[in-house]
Amino acid sequence: MNRPIRRVGMVLAVLLLALIANVTVIQVFRASDYRERPGNQRQLLEQYDRERGPILVAADPAARSVDTGDTLRYQRVYSNGPLYAPITGFYSLVYGATGLERTENKILNGSSDLLFVDRTKQLFAGRQIQGGAVSTTIDPLAQAAAFTGLGSKTGSVVAIEPSTGRILASVQSPSFDPNLLSTHKPADIRTYYSKLTADPKKPLLNRPIVALNPPGSTFKLVVTAAALASGKFTADSLLPGPKTYQLPNSSKRINNWTHQACSSSGLITLRNALAISCNTAFAWLGNQLGADALREQAELMGFDTRFEIPLRAARSTFPADPDAPQTALSAIGQFDVRATALQMAMVGAAIGNKGVLMTPYMVQEIRGPDLSVLQTTTPMIFKQAMTAANAASETDMMVNVVKNGTGSNARISGVDVAGKTGTAQTGNARPSVAWFVAFAPAQNPKVAVAVSIEEAGTAEISGNGLAAPIARKVIEAVLRQS
Amino acid sequence: MAFQSVPTRQPTRRTTELMLTIGAWLLGVMGTVQIGWATGVGMTTPMWVTVGIVGALAIAMHMVIRSRAQYADPILLPVATLLTILGLVMIYRIDVASAQRAERNSAPAPTPDVYAQLTWFAVAVVLFIATLILISDHRRLQRFTYTFGFLGLAGLILPLLPVVGSTINGATLWVHIFGLSFQPAEASKILLTIFFAGYLVVKRDSLALVRTKVFGVGFPRPKDVGPLLVAWIVSLGVLIFEHDLGTSLLFFGLFVLMLYIATQRRSWLILGAGLFVIGATIAYFAFGHVRVRVDIWWDPWGDANNTGYQLVQSLYGLASGGMFGSGLGQGYPEFVPFANTDFIVAAIGEELGLTGMCALLLLFAILVQRGLRTALAVRDSFGQLLAVGLSIVLALQVFVIIGGVTRLIPLTGLTTPFLSYGGSSLVANWVIIALLIRISDRARRPDVFVPSVDEALTQVVRRV
Repeated sequence: MNRPIRRVGMVLAVLLLALIANVTVIQVFRASDYRERPGNQRQLLEQYDRERGPILVAADPAARSVDTGDTLRYQRVYSNGPLYAPITGFYSLVYGATGLERTENKILNGSSDLLFVDRTKQLFAGRQIQGGAVSTTIDPLAQAAAFTGLGSKTGSVVAIEPSTGRILASVQSPSFDPNLLSTHKPADIRTYYSKLTADPKKPLLNRPIVALNPPGSTFKLVVTAAALASGKFTADSLLPGPKTYQLPNSSKRINNWTHQACSSSGLITLRNALAISCNTAFAWLGNQLGADALREQAELMGFDTRFEIPLRAARSTFPADPDAPQTALSAIGQFDVRATALQMAMVGAAIGNKGVLMTPYMVQEIRGPDLSVLQTTTPMIFKQAMTAANAASETDMMVNVVKNGTGSNARISGVDVAGKTGTAQTGNARPSVAWFVAFAPAQNPKVAVAVSIEEAGTAEISGNGLAAPIARKVIEAVLRQS
Repeated sequence: MAFQSVPTRQPTRRTTELMLTIGAWLLGVMGTVQIGWATGVGMTTPMWVTVGIVGALAIAMHMVIRSRAQYADPILLPVATLLTILGLVMIYRIDVASAQRAERNSAPAPTPDVYAQLTWFAVAVVLFIATLILISDHRRLQRFTYTFGFLGLAGLILPLLPVVGSTINGATLWVHIFGLSFQPAEASKILLTIFFAGYLVVKRDSLALVRTKVFGVGFPRPKDVGPLLVAWIVSLGVLIFEHDLGTSLLFFGLFVLMLYIATQRRSWLILGAGLFVIGATIAYFAFGHVRVRVDIWWDPWGDANNTGYQLVQSLYGLASGGMFGSGLGQGYPEFVPFANTDFIVAAIGEELGLTGMCALLLLFAILVQRGLRTALAVRDSFGQLLAVGLSIVLALQVFVIIGGVTRLIPLTGLTTPFLSYGGSSLVANWVIIALLIRISDRARRPDVFVPSVDEALTQVVRRV
């Protein structure tokens, strides 16, 4: 009987091999397909079973995971949710993640290569893998000052440390509460989310870095830089500043916001044109310099670049091929010039930092679960936007704007504040955008800030009236600490 | 000359067996500690006691083998012990998971199953020892061939009887007597294997007779086909009346393979396969429960939240385990219904990964291989057939249940030998191991040569 026994043995061996082959197919080759099937709760639970690392603002967690003891074990909790929402984003069961929750997901959930050592330790200890922490560059006092300053107004504020590019504040209004999107009750999440999407003011929009608005008169900072760079103009060059500027080859005219000539003589220095925000002088200047020179200067200051800070910012633009009237309009920050608050803060930072524009960033350090520092972001130069001498000259002109010009509301006693107001029309019958770009102290700035208020009044003074006080509060908050 | 020809003492390999058994126990201790660590429940006193009892039971079996079957195959005990321990570890793991889930949902804590399984293991060890002591020579079983056959059949029918029989989860497999419940089919599979072996040893010559040849393959005489038909009808009966697809498949496959081995006639395999196809076709079209099983197998996602739920969850569990598994205590084995009985392999695949699954399958393969080796080594035909039959029972059962859980074949309810929670199965499988150990002891035992004065003078050269 030995032969049939051996044969049966062979058959049983084949059955065994079939089992092994089948299990291999399931556990290796089809595993990722099965893992991603919609009905598979494991994947989700695995994410929620890990203690996700915190997002730190200074030493305090703006976002952290709290053990609920539920099936979905850890819940994301945001202290001061609406305040930090443009930075943290949300972490939702239904809608995925946004903000740093999304860009730093691998750190926070512990799967990043940076956390390899920690992960291996936890693996051998048989523990659940814990995520790493993300330290932001945000200054909580500046952030809070901007947030209270904005109040119920629609708009955004971005503050940057000019010497490094660290983003000190990124605030929007209206904001949302990420806590309500990060609960473990899908029905509640959906209700809140649809309420947010239905809101015409778009609270879910990351305004400070993606809302593109015409920068208005704050763009004159770029034009001034281009004028100085051309070598044909200095702060004391005389420009024509009549009551109206007839657009070349067009019946349209540009008026000054005062509806008067910029000076009794009809001629005005570049310094004074900036101080009183003389539209006719800058429209003329724009055409003198030409669209290419303006675009070149704009690009040196960050326009036409998509920054990842690491949140993806919108690309600020200078029109591609404007004709003469369009160039004149562009020179006063109208027509198709579009900028984010981040972009305008960078313009201020470039001028303040002696012409060197630093790449903006929001993540200061990556830390392990034990908060030991694994990686620190080193500041990087984006571009030499202008010469140090020209930067010093333009700084001086901006100080004059605050001291003697339209930016009076940004004055801080004992501190030289450099600033520029702006009010941009966004279209017929639509409310304008009030801007203020500033940095201080002028000679050695600790902070550059851009404030943009949408749906502001129509007057040029709205930049000074609405935006400048907020910029001043942010500057004060930063300077008080240094 | 006479003294030189006496064979040198055959090594018993008992120390090897002891070392391997201790190794198996240590793996179990590590697994238990790991679960306590990973789930945060720590090592509780009851678990230390459990671990101690398991070790004592394993050593007790080893001691009995040492005294009662000292030449037995040294691999059988450690492998079966390791499988049982792995089962206990996984059952404990699932207990912890269920308890934690109940706690999260503020539901009353479920009764842990691991202690019940430990008790059943103790019962299994008692029966294992009893088998080895009572049956000092497996050939004595042959005398009771028809008694075992009758008892085996009775075991199959018992659950259908009123009062004692009962239906759980759609299958009528259970018998309740004196407050105890068990699945007599588990005992039947041993009793019927003994019966088949005894019956085939006697009848194999006539069953091997060839009457007609079809396409060059000799077929048996029609009057000899009777026993095969009886086995077929009994299997169908189990399927129809007890809704037990797995047991039905197991018995029929076992009988056909043993018939083939006894007679060496491939025609029996062909006839058996033909009857299987007919039976399977009838079953598919006649019985809803069979059709549902096949449909789930074909497309588990077709009804993923209802009939296909178990299988889909099982596949998700296996997939999430991947190559190395989530690690003991770190998966979600409780998502699969019946995680500690039919689907225990899915839990193992999830937490120990493909690596663990292959190790597990190889353990079963080793067990079956040692059984087949014993069959090849033992000299009497009854012992051969019995050893091969018991090995086939193990192998088929493993294939049918693991194949079902991993969607290789349609899912049929069978327990996974040694692993699944459930007393009848554990006890029956340990009795199988006891029988294999008994037969292997006979196979490896050197011929006892007690030289009488006469023989010492006459029989100078011994047959080796």
